[in-house]
Amino acid sequence: MTAPLLAARGLVKSFGDNQVLRGVDVAVPAGSVSCLIGPSGSGKTTVLRSLNGLETPEAGTVRIGDVELDWSTRPDARAVSRLRGQSGMVFQAHNLFPHLTVLDNVTSGPVFAQGRPRAQAQEEARELLARVGLADKADSFPVQLSGGQQQRVGIARALATRPEVVLFDEPTSALDPELVGEVLQVMQSLAAEGWTMVVVTHEMRFARQVADQVLFLDGGVVVEHGPPSEVLVEPREARTRQFLQRLLDPL
Amino acid sequence: MSGIDWDLVRSSLGPLFQGLLRGTLPLTAVCFVLGLVLALLVALMRLSGNRLVSAPARAYVSVIRGTPLLLQLFIIFYGLPSLGLTIDPWPSAIIGLSLNVGAYASEAVRGAILSVPRGQWEAAMTVGMGRVTTLRRVVLPQAARIAVPPLSNTLISLVKDTSLVSTILVTDLLRQAQIIAGQTFEYFTLYGVAAVYYWVVCLVLSFGQTRLETTLSRHVAA
Repeated sequence: MTAPLLAARGLVKSFGDNQVLRGVDVAVPAGSVSCLIGPSGSGKTTVLRSLNGLETPEAGTVRIGDVELDWSTRPDARAVSRLRGQSGMVFQAHNLFPHLTVLDNVTSGPVFAQGRPRAQAQEEARELLARVGLADKADSFPVQLSGGQQQRVGIARALATRPEVVLFDEPTSALDPELVGEVLQVMQSLAAEGWTMVVVTHEMRFARQVADQVLFLDGGVVVEHGPPSEVLVEPREARTRQFLQRLLDPL
Repeated sequence: MSGIDWDLVRSSLGPLFQGLLRGTLPLTAVCFVLGLVLALLVALMRLSGNRLVSAPARAYVSVIRGTPLLLQLFIIFYGLPSLGLTIDPWPSAIIGLSLNVGAYASEAVRGAILSVPRGQWEAAMTVGMGRVTTLRRVVLPQAARIAVPPLSNTLISLVKDTSLVSTILVTDLLRQAQIIAGQTFEYFTLYGVAAVYYWVVCLVLSFGQTRLETTLSRHVAA
């Protein structure tokens, strides 16, 4: 078996007295989709943000491709940004740049950060926008788009830097229900194209249909992980069963 | 009682306009630009996590805001020569007013930078931007829009505050009015004309502020 593209080991993170990660391991093979699920406060978003250094764990290692970081050595900003450069991120609240056009949002990474030629970056950005179904919105501003369209621009922006891995932090949680589908469809097609994705989500249907691996987190640890047909259908752990039961029957 | 001497109003319009054109307006423009540069620097210093960097900036703002501008001008022009440092009227005026604008505007700039949501920094970092690029490409363009109203207030205050330099021998609009009034004893007329000039300048600036706010807000939801 080849080494996973992304491997995190022993992630530990506290906010004040509250230890939110108590030794989390994640291994993501290239070209696969991993879904992190779990109750709120379980640490799943903190895990995701530790993979690109938006959170700073106290201990543990993260390796993406050939860039590895040992958090216990208190890495400097340059080391963290090298790791961060291996991934792209899609945020729950999209976090598009409101003062830039859709096209400029997508080229912001390639042009402002990677120093690639603008014309080439724009050409690629237009292809990415076509890819997420927004070819005709290149010159619009984010405020002129629907929530689903904004999130699809967010996806195009995350892909534009050609990351090894795309991290999704609850990409549909802030959307009106009728807009969720268009975003999940784009994500599903990216998975089919072979993008490596790590997705924090509450969309169990997406996890079941698209994920290669589901990790259930609770209390800052991975309680169980495996293919969705096991974790979501026949969970071994009582905590996983309770969580899934609550999702199925909130009342 | 002489009331308003309209012939004097007409004949003083030109000389007072010279004071405006050669004193008040260039002083305002130069000090505003220098002050803004200083303000950005001080705002970034105050936002630094390093106390050695933020403490001097905090002290500067505290001293400038805590003492009268007139007194600051007096210290620079009349006080420093006792320490062996003599500065001409114009440089003294520029130093004093720029330091003043820098302190007040830095608070507006700092507030504007802080009001840009954290998610904007994070998004910029995840596409690979460092702190400086993020500031330049993402944060400052958005902060500029937020800072326009308070900075416009600073600019309009500055136009009027420049009149204080008449006390350190700079020939601005007010000083010009004082000179003519001293010769003619028509204080009401001359100071009235000067007041109208100041007011018109501030009206024009307020109009410009509204235009700028509209322009900068065009891509932002109401």
